[in-house]
Amino acid sequence: MDNLEQLVQDGLNAVEQADNLQALDHIRVEYLGKKGVITQQAKTLGKLSAEERPAAGQKINEAKGQVEQAINARRADLEKVAIEAKLASESIDVTLPGRGQDLGGLHPVTRTLQRIEDIFARAGYSVEQGPEIEDDYHNFEALNIPGHHPARAMHDTFYFNPGTLLRTHTSPVQIRTMEAGKPPFRMICPGRVYRCDSDMTHTPMFHQVEGLLIEKNVSFADLKSTVEEFLRVFFERDLKVRFRPSYFPFTEPSAEVDIEWGREPDGSIKWLEVMGCGMVHPKVFEHCGIDAEEYRGFAFGLGVERLAMLRYGVKDLRMFFENDLRFLRQFR
Amino acid sequence: MKFSEQWLREWVNPSIGSQDLMDQITMAGLEVDGFEPVAGEFSGVVVGEVLSVAPHPDADKLRVCQVSDGQQTVQVVCGAPNVRDGLKVPFAVVGAVLPGNFKIKKAKLRGQPSEGMLCSESELALSENHDGLMELPADAPVGQDVAEYLKLNDITIDVDLTPNRSDCLSIRGLAREVGVLNSLLASAPEIEPVEAVHSEVPDIRVQAPAGCPRYLGRILRNVNLQAETPLWMQEKLRRSGVRSIDAAVDVTNYVMLELGQPMHAFDREEIAGGIIVRMAAAGEKLVLLDGQEVELTPEILVIADHEKPVAIAGVMGGEHSGVGDKTRDLVLESAYFDPITLAGKARQFGLHTDASHRFERGVDYQLARDAMERATRLLMDIVGGEPGEIVEVVSEEHLPKPRVIDLREQRLASVLGLSIHRTTVEEILSRLGLHVDKLLKDGWRISVPSFRPDISIEEDLIEEVGRIYGYNNLPVTEPSGSLGLRARDEAVRPLSAIRNFFVAQGYQEAITYSFVDPKVQQLIDPEREGIALANPISADLSVMRTTLWSGLLKTVVHNQNRQQPRIRLFETGLRFENTGEGIDQQPMLAGVVVGNQVQENWVNGRRTADFFDVKGELESLFRVLGIEIQFLASQHPALHPGQTAQLLRDGEHVGWLGTLHPQVQKNLELNGTILMFELFLNSIVTGYVPNFKDISKFPEVRRDLAIIIGSEVAFAQVEHVAREHAGEHLTALRVFDVYEGENLGEGNRSLALSLFWQHPERTLNEDEVHSLFNGVIDALKEELGATLRS
Repeated sequence: MDNLEQLVQDGLNAVEQADNLQALDHIRVEYLGKKGVITQQAKTLGKLSAEERPAAGQKINEAKGQVEQAINARRADLEKVAIEAKLASESIDVTLPGRGQDLGGLHPVTRTLQRIEDIFARAGYSVEQGPEIEDDYHNFEALNIPGHHPARAMHDTFYFNPGTLLRTHTSPVQIRTMEAGKPPFRMICPGRVYRCDSDMTHTPMFHQVEGLLIEKNVSFADLKSTVEEFLRVFFERDLKVRFRPSYFPFTEPSAEVDIEWGREPDGSIKWLEVMGCGMVHPKVFEHCGIDAEEYRGFAFGLGVERLAMLRYGVKDLRMFFENDLRFLRQFR
Repeated sequence: MKFSEQWLREWVNPSIGSQDLMDQITMAGLEVDGFEPVAGEFSGVVVGEVLSVAPHPDADKLRVCQVSDGQQTVQVVCGAPNVRDGLKVPFAVVGAVLPGNFKIKKAKLRGQPSEGMLCSESELALSENHDGLMELPADAPVGQDVAEYLKLNDITIDVDLTPNRSDCLSIRGLAREVGVLNSLLASAPEIEPVEAVHSEVPDIRVQAPAGCPRYLGRILRNVNLQAETPLWMQEKLRRSGVRSIDAAVDVTNYVMLELGQPMHAFDREEIAGGIIVRMAAAGEKLVLLDGQEVELTPEILVIADHEKPVAIAGVMGGEHSGVGDKTRDLVLESAYFDPITLAGKARQFGLHTDASHRFERGVDYQLARDAMERATRLLMDIVGGEPGEIVEVVSEEHLPKPRVIDLREQRLASVLGLSIHRTTVEEILSRLGLHVDKLLKDGWRISVPSFRPDISIEEDLIEEVGRIYGYNNLPVTEPSGSLGLRARDEAVRPLSAIRNFFVAQGYQEAITYSFVDPKVQQLIDPEREGIALANPISADLSVMRTTLWSGLLKTVVHNQNRQQPRIRLFETGLRFENTGEGIDQQPMLAGVVVGNQVQENWVNGRRTADFFDVKGELESLFRVLGIEIQFLASQHPALHPGQTAQLLRDGEHVGWLGTLHPQVQKNLELNGTILMFELFLNSIVTGYVPNFKDISKFPEVRRDLAIIIGSEVAFAQVEHVAREHAGEHLTALRVFDVYEGENLGEGNRSLALSLFWQHPERTLNEDEVHSLFNGVIDALKEELGATLRS
């Protein structure tokens, strides 16, 4: 049995020196396998007396256990080293940028239009579209702007021929929608409009949203709340709004809407004109076959670029249509 | 309209400051655009008198003057050509500060001491005029402060009037409005009829009474038009933005600014026979006061004599009949011209005059006689002369009718959203000059004065009441109508979803003009002619786009010129086509791609985008939309003949995808391979509503094959044949390799396909799959000449 102790010692030495899992497994087979040198010691038991056998057997088992324990411990160590090595070899620079498509972006006018549409859609307004090449009737006549009207001069219209033009506002969409349906109406008409004018503050094409609400009992007071609320929701602040009498042929009473936009040098409120609005003119109702005694309505209109400029701090209107990527990318 | 605050305050003088006054009229609907002081800021300038003028011993152009400032006489060296003995001038004494903080000190000019400076208008910032010294009237009190003497503590207010408020195109009208706002009565000058001193009257015939319902003429004999317009009048004109010309013109302009009635003065000598107001004959010509010769047409109302037109009515007089220094007798005109007859006529000749501006918007039709009397009196004060009787030709039937309108209390309250007290309403109306004829049970019967042509229906009165009551004093309430739910078709994808898809694919949205350069468009879309604008803003924005590519490619040029090599843009909007039957306005979706497929990165980011990158993106879009699109090799004039696909949905054309033709690319000075697509939005937005089918519990079987086939055979054909023979349980067919190489033989390529089968109700057995697979192989061999690649 002296031999057994020697075997255990040899085994433990071998385990200690094993530097990989394969070598360790080899050692396990050599010492503890079916034909392993320690396992083989059991054969010597047969030569022993029945009294000696249990003690000797136990010793062999203890020897096996000792070596096995060492192997397990060594295996755990080696496995840990192996995992660490693998992890170390797999480490990456997580600060490098990711791959794949970068994001594009919506045009700031679209972004603004979508916000406006969302705001009004939540209040039950439908979004209506219409042609951009319009006839004189829908763009002017039906809106109470007959041929001789001085307001035509304010519109700087692009013509194709005397009866055909590029719409100067999106109001003709309201006319077309009213012609096709029956009141009540709640709609907004967003889209491109055109005026024959080009300088620092005018582009020959720009975008408008015009809104219309026609119901049996609507007043100027309702218009005021709609416009005020819209402006506060759009600019996300509780700004002061004022209504200034003005003139549009298709509304009466008519008003321009100013919002508080900072202060003048003398400390007074600086007012900025942002919208026009009013109660629908009886002539417009008449053209659309709606009884002005039964129904009333209000309408409002705003310039999308103007609101986008105020909202995002764009200084030059013309940039919207240059489509310079360095400009567009700022609105992602 | 520009006016002097001081002039207004002569008529009505509320006790509020200038800023409050301007705020007040702005909030009444007469928007103040701006204001400016009528003179620069200066001090120490008095009325000086030049007592003597002597030559400067050492300078030809300078004179040595003795000038009195009212207390002492000092020597001033002056270079102005009009300096002379006895002249009264603005005199900046030593210590004066002129506009621009220019301090006047004792000085020596070419050796001669000079104590102070004699001033021109421009040196006081009264005008740009620096031709010579400003000449003050002979009775100007020497020594008085010039700012005080000229009443320069005044501003010019510029008010941007809406076209309906023609009544405010005069001091009279503005004063009335300010009076209403401040509960004050505006005072007006006394206008007394001028007594005739002779019996000569102009012969006036009105042959076009619809265009000219009222015409007044009067002869003023023996005037002296060399007489200078008095300084007070010149100053009022100047502060209203009107240049002083001569006394006759200045007086007519003054009366127009004061009362709102445009007038005209003719030289009687140049009027042959008498005045005829008629429509022009076609081809008649007239040289206008501005020197322009115009050809007249029968829609133009003219003032003519017995031989020829002498003025375009209400727009501008003729040069020939205009007054000048030597004019001895005047014929004065004061008329009411019909706004509709005059509408747009001035513009037709490229003109916009103070007279046409007023007549087109509507002048008070009862004003002509008062204006004539006022002008006659003012003229006589300045240029003397002997007045004759006024001749008035009126056509009552063509004059505007007196308007009587009922205003219902209930209607007023329901439109404004507020019930305003009756007495308040009545007070507002009467202050506005809207006379309450009669109290009705439910409102008022109102007669409208002649100076308010804009008021003709009940709503006009409601607006007036609301405006004066104050829009901001009206309540704020929520619309009370009930909100129904709106239908929305689930199968139709909203445009925002399409936009967001492209944004996620790295595209930037562009918005380009709907009108484009016809030359560029001709290169891209030669077969269709863009609809041309009659009055384009410029040649490069003169036709409507027939394709969104016209604007997008120009945007690519813009960005490539600004060092942007990688460009991915999309746009949605209408394109316009004249179909012969009408104008077709189609919503389109278009895109352009050039440069690297993904932003250059550290792995493999330098690969240039090609046809299949964009095709893949479109295929993803079509999956988002839930639609099936076929790509068919085709030809398009703007696209590379070998890289063009026509897109079809159920056989219907829905758009194009391709590479820009290299020749077009060169002509447009574009760089790189440019991929482009354009789709009809309406043809692609409607997909389907999902309809669930049971998921098969049985295994899917895959078989791969590689074939060698002629390169001219499109993959679409291979796929078609394979699908035809693969049976109903084929679930997918994919191509996983495309290879061309010498070893395959000239004109051949190899395609590797995988086919997937699955049965919904059972496991497919080996024999079935084997037989279907072989059927596919045999069909590819027989129908397309394919061979199996070993």
